Amino acid sequence: MSTPSTTTPLVALDDASRSFGAVRALQNASLALRAGEVRALMGENGAGKSTLVKILTGVDRPNSGTVLVDGEPVVFHSTADSRDAGVAVILQEPTLFPDLSVAENVVMGRHPKRSFGRVDRPAMKKTVQGLLDRLGVDLDPDRPVQGLSIADQQIVEIAKAMSFDARVLIMDEPTAALSGREVERLFGVVRALQERGAAVLFISHRLEEVYEIASVVTVMRDGEVVHDGPLSELPEDELVRRMVGRDVTQLFPKSEPKIGEVVLDVKGLSREGVFYDVDLQVRAGEIVALAGLVGAGRSEVVQAIFGVDRATEGTVTMLGNDLPLGKPTAAVAAGMALVPEDRRQQGLVMDMSIGQNATLARLGDMRSRGLLSPKRERAEAERWGERLQLKYGRLGDAVGTLSGGNQQKVVLAKWLGTEPRLLIIDEPTRGIDVGTKSEVHRIIDELAGQGLAVLMVSSELPEVLGMADRVLVMFEGRVTAELSRAEADEERIVRAATGRVSAPATQEIA
Amino acid sequence: MSTPTTSPAPAGPGGLAPKIAAEEEARVSAGRRFIDRLIRARELGLLVVLALIVIVTGVIEPNFLDADSLKQTVLNVAIIAVMTAGMTLVIVTRNIDLSVGSILGLSAFVCGDFLTKNPDVPWPVGVVIAVVIGAACGLLNGVLVTWGRVPALVVTLGTMYALRGVAFLVTDGRQINAEDLPDSFLTAGSGDLLGIPTLIVVALLVIALFWFVARDYAWGRQLYAIGSSGRSGGQAAKLAGLKSDRRVTQAFVISGALAGLGGAMFAARYGTVDATAGQGYELRVIGAAVVGGVAIAGGSGSVLGAALGAVVLGTIQTALIVLKIDDFWQQAIVGLLIIVAIALDRLIAKQSEALLRQRSARRRTAA
Repeated sequence: MSTPSTTTPLVALDDASRSFGAVRALQNASLALRAGEVRALMGENGAGKSTLVKILTGVDRPNSGTVLVDGEPVVFHSTADSRDAGVAVILQEPTLFPDLSVAENVVMGRHPKRSFGRVDRPAMKKTVQGLLDRLGVDLDPDRPVQGLSIADQQIVEIAKAMSFDARVLIMDEPTAALSGREVERLFGVVRALQERGAAVLFISHRLEEVYEIASVVTVMRDGEVVHDGPLSELPEDELVRRMVGRDVTQLFPKSEPKIGEVVLDVKGLSREGVFYDVDLQVRAGEIVALAGLVGAGRSEVVQAIFGVDRATEGTVTMLGNDLPLGKPTAAVAAGMALVPEDRRQQGLVMDMSIGQNATLARLGDMRSRGLLSPKRERAEAERWGERLQLKYGRLGDAVGTLSGGNQQKVVLAKWLGTEPRLLIIDEPTRGIDVGTKSEVHRIIDELAGQGLAVLMVSSELPEVLGMADRVLVMFEGRVTAELSRAEADEERIVRAATGRVSAPATQEIA
Repeated sequence: MSTPTTSPAPAGPGGLAPKIAAEEEARVSAGRRFIDRLIRARELGLLVVLALIVIVTGVIEPNFLDADSLKQTVLNVAIIAVMTAGMTLVIVTRNIDLSVGSILGLSAFVCGDFLTKNPDVPWPVGVVIAVVIGAACGLLNGVLVTWGRVPALVVTLGTMYALRGVAFLVTDGRQINAEDLPDSFLTAGSGDLLGIPTLIVVALLVIALFWFVARDYAWGRQLYAIGSSGRSGGQAAKLAGLKSDRRVTQAFVISGALAGLGGAMFAARYGTVDATAGQGYELRVIGAAVVGGVAIAGGSGSVLGAALGAVVLGTIQTALIVLKIDDFWQQAIVGLLIIVAIALDRLIAKQSEALLRQRSARRRTAA
């Protein structure tokens, strides 16, 4: 399947696999970066792209398989090793030194020297000014990075990568924060690098950018490389199909919903610079999914609805009552529950026991004569443990000892105990093994069957398609499509999630 | 409704763009000047505060302005200032060294003991011994912090007590007195070099050296980078290929070595050393660094500023004694000063951050 080519790739990955516990993030993946070639790396979230980038940049090492530089097998022990091999990387999230100047950020680790080994500040400034001029941006090399917008920080990262004179440039969604003009400039730089014989690996979710800049493409799905070839031979539709193309088996035995009154009604919700003009309704017994790519603003929307983040505009109404924005306590009192994306950081207190975690959201009910009653805690935790089929040793064990799926059940127990009317659940099955996944799905389905309104954020298409009665798709902070269960299919969702709104069902919203 | 901020701004009509650019230029350079002023303000501000203290105290109690009185004041500061230079390097990497007072005590005694027992050996050997002991203690701190992945606060709290314990073991209840020490050593401690007291010359050399190293050498800049990236998990330092563990350990070794040097200076100046020498110095040193503008969260502050912080704190303490102010008030005033310094830091940081943000926002809309 690979492109026939006579040249030795500058950097290549040969048959590499990487597992994290039971999760196989990368399976027998091969990829070659050749001089003068811009290769796109495409795939859904969790397809294994980041793992591949980490291996190529020396952040992580494969369990099996090899990294080749100029055809010779090497082991990158650190980013310094990969850099010495001529690999530069621009990550999605800028990683800079906030207290230091723009110029110093670019040259850190490779300061130019003058007499007595002193740092040559004028030379440093001149070099960096030159790089910024080539990028066509007006950024003062002497100012500290602190206070720069994400886009400007990304530009500093790009200048840094350029300053290496890299033979291989890896860009992991470098354009996510850039404006159209800045993207054009970046592409100008990429083309110049290409002409000088550098190899570029370009990761982006914006299809038009990929077609504009790349000539070859590697498509990944579920940790495997599923396609490798010239981009010109792969029409957009076909590319999207290969990215998602798996059989959506009926993993989830979804029951027929009994949809009731409107529980949550959100109108015109905006948060400046994050998301705009979001309207959504969730009815009793209904499961609504917020689909889209990472960074589309979905988690931010649900956090604003719950009041963790403050929305700048719009209204949130629960069962006919307007809620004050930015007040989670009011949201909880009105019957909302939020199961966050990051269980370990936001959902659980890892060092506390299973029983304590399961009852943490309603300490008031656990009281007996003013003190917390361990007996009552235990009884409640046992009741929910049984209902959710929680697998645990003892209720007194630290919650950190449980598997991911069982941890998620503890978070669910914690919130379900408050008897909510609306359950907001962000990435319900992230990091959960396949077996427990369907159990979590069954629980959510059961809860909806009992009349609970469910708003679910999910990046996994099979989960969205299998669970949701209605799907809202977001792209760059806006809802780009609203699809009924009948209308929703992988292609429509992926199209809307990548900003190409063409499905007829979306016309009324766009 | 409003467009997302990431979309390109429409290009303005041809005639307007240069004008906007020119205005922008003016605004940016004004902003830049303001930032520069803020950065320099710390050192200048400390000098102003220092002048005020000296003048006010001098007016109330003219004796304070005697050449001898001023000399004593500065001499008292010299040891603290030397240790503050080392502490600054450690704090800049987002660590802290609580053990410097104990290191001073241990090395002062060992140095004094050695010179007492070997009166024929030239005294600089004693100084070298003190510095080596300090550096060894610093190495222990650095290794525990970097290899052990234990927070510096905990490690150096431990070594602070442990090394003080070692000092008690070594002294075994003894005390070194001035009459036991070689005269040459004591003369060096109280004597002059080119008309300037030797201890002050030593302090000035140490401060100048580490000020330059931290400011103008890649090694020093990396310390700032390590501290600055530590706030967000250290990823940036890792990606830049910096050897963070080695640099942090080196900073601890220098802090320890300078505390050892401080020990030798202590022995030479006071002549009397027992196991409790230097107790509480660690907090005076950290206080001086903080007052001098070294951010406790790492990544910013200069050795010069920290040294000025030491001078200001030391001068205030002497001034309060000269003015016969109650001992309790002396402590309260020093504490208040540290809090004011930190509050001032936050205020400046917030303001300059807001200003920088504004500038980049303007630039984007003008682009």
